[in-house]
Amino acid sequence: MIELTNVHKSFGKVEVLKGITASVEKGEVVCVIGPSGSGKSTILRCINGLESYDRGDILVEGARVDRSAPSIVAIRTQVSMVFQRFNLFPHRTALENVVEGPLYVKKEPRAEALERGRALLAQVGLAEKSDSYPPQLSGGQQQRVAIARALAMQPKAILFDEPTSALDPELVGDVLSVMRKLADDGMTMVVVTHEMGFAGDVADRVLFIDGGVIVEQGPAKSVLNQPQHARTQDFLRRVLHPL
Amino acid sequence: MQAFWRDATEFLPILMSGVALTVIVTIGSLLLSTALGLVWALMRVSGIGVFSGFSAGLINVIRGIPIIVLLFYLYFVMPELGLTLTALQAAILGLGIAYSAYQAENFRAGIEAIDKGQIEAAQAIGMGWWQTMRRVVLPQAVKIVLPPYGNIMIMMLKDSSQASTITVAELALQGKLIASSTFKNTSVFTLVALMYLTMSIPLILLVRHFEKRGDQK
Ligand SMILES: Nc1ncnc2c1ncn2[C@@H]1O[C@H](COP(=O)(O)OP(=O)(O)OP(=O)(O)O)[C@@H](O)[C@H]1O
Ligand SMILES: [Mg+2]
Repeated sequence: MIELTNVHKSFGKVEVLKGITASVEKGEVVCVIGPSGSGKSTILRCINGLESYDRGDILVEGARVDRSAPSIVAIRTQVSMVFQRFNLFPHRTALENVVEGPLYVKKEPRAEALERGRALLAQVGLAEKSDSYPPQLSGGQQQRVAIARALAMQPKAILFDEPTSALDPELVGDVLSVMRKLADDGMTMVVVTHEMGFAGDVADRVLFIDGGVIVEQGPAKSVLNQPQHARTQDFLRRVLHPL
Repeated sequence: MQAFWRDATEFLPILMSGVALTVIVTIGSLLLSTALGLVWALMRVSGIGVFSGFSAGLINVIRGIPIIVLLFYLYFVMPELGLTLTALQAAILGLGIAYSAYQAENFRAGIEAIDKGQIEAAQAIGMGWWQTMRRVVLPQAVKIVLPPYGNIMIMMLKDSSQASTITVAELALQGKLIASSTFKNTSVFTLVALMYLTMSIPLILLVRHFEKRGDQK
């Protein structure tokens, strides 16, 4: 349902994506791993048009992603995004954050949107926090609200950009278990992460990116346990045994 | 002191008519400068080259011209170009334009203080530029913008006295007229100063309130 073909992207003179070709099937969970600065975030940001790309094609359910075309709104309502730093709206309560898109972008009836919003907050374990403002919530709670906000759009896929990297270690588990449930329920997910345990358990496939190219990709178990490329082996060794 | 009170009761009614015009000029130009300033600020942050360039240039031009010259231009030069304004209209227009530059810079600072991540989050749920402004950026920017906005109000109240240079009989000009016909300079100008102060104090308290509320966040 998401297809990237030979995608190139430069910031100024620096080419950060050098011909990315990959696809994500419906219901699939794909983890993207790779060193810092390799272009992982940029790929996600190109998929929902937060960033433009210079060459190649990105298709979402057959529709070409073009951030300057009106069609981008339809694509963004189908592909939600969860950010590393949550990016909740601090002047709105948890529930208001969740129903913002359904009410004001999709123009759903208020009662319906609120009811689903409450249900989603309950689903991420925050039923009693619906009237709290983001600054009153812990990082892990904020990220779970952000996931509920993404789900509220009733998306066909969700992109996660290092959703647990900004969290205190003891809060990571709550967020990962919410994501794991989503994966079990069949949500299509693209997850940029350094959580190799999550990638190994939950992902169907893993992409390893370095220097703007996909160095290696395949079933999660084989990429993580028997990496073929020296760069993948080296990266995994450094992530799993940092000392 | 007794003489002062006697003068005060005598001159106060005339000065009050000046106060009325001062208030009208201040509120009129405040509304105009707020509207224009918001337009310039939104153009400036629109990300569209022509708009932001135009707005940046305009703000600098406005800032580079003294208010009094702007007033003279509107009141004395525009009629020659076929647009005749009453003194009051010229005063409101001139002060409104002059202050729109400061309003714009204040609004822009407030808008740019909002975390880019939130703007991306808004885009990611499909909001357009204007909706992002209205639902995400502006409600938060208002809180940042309010204390400086209050200070601009105080400056505008005082600068409304510049309207006297184009014959608007506001408080300062009324004072000057009374003083020159009665020679009671001390009483009259003390009174005028006190009346400006009286009008400023609520605004000063308002700014303090905004600042306190801002600190709590
Ligand atoms: N807006 C930008 N302007 C200029 N350069 C950018 C911009 N965004 C990213 N880059 C550069 O592009 C490269 C890829 O960035 P990207 O954020 O995609 O990396 P990443 O793999 O997500 O890294 P990390 O693990 O640190 O998040 C980096 O070298 C980065 O400095
Ligand atoms: Mg990144």
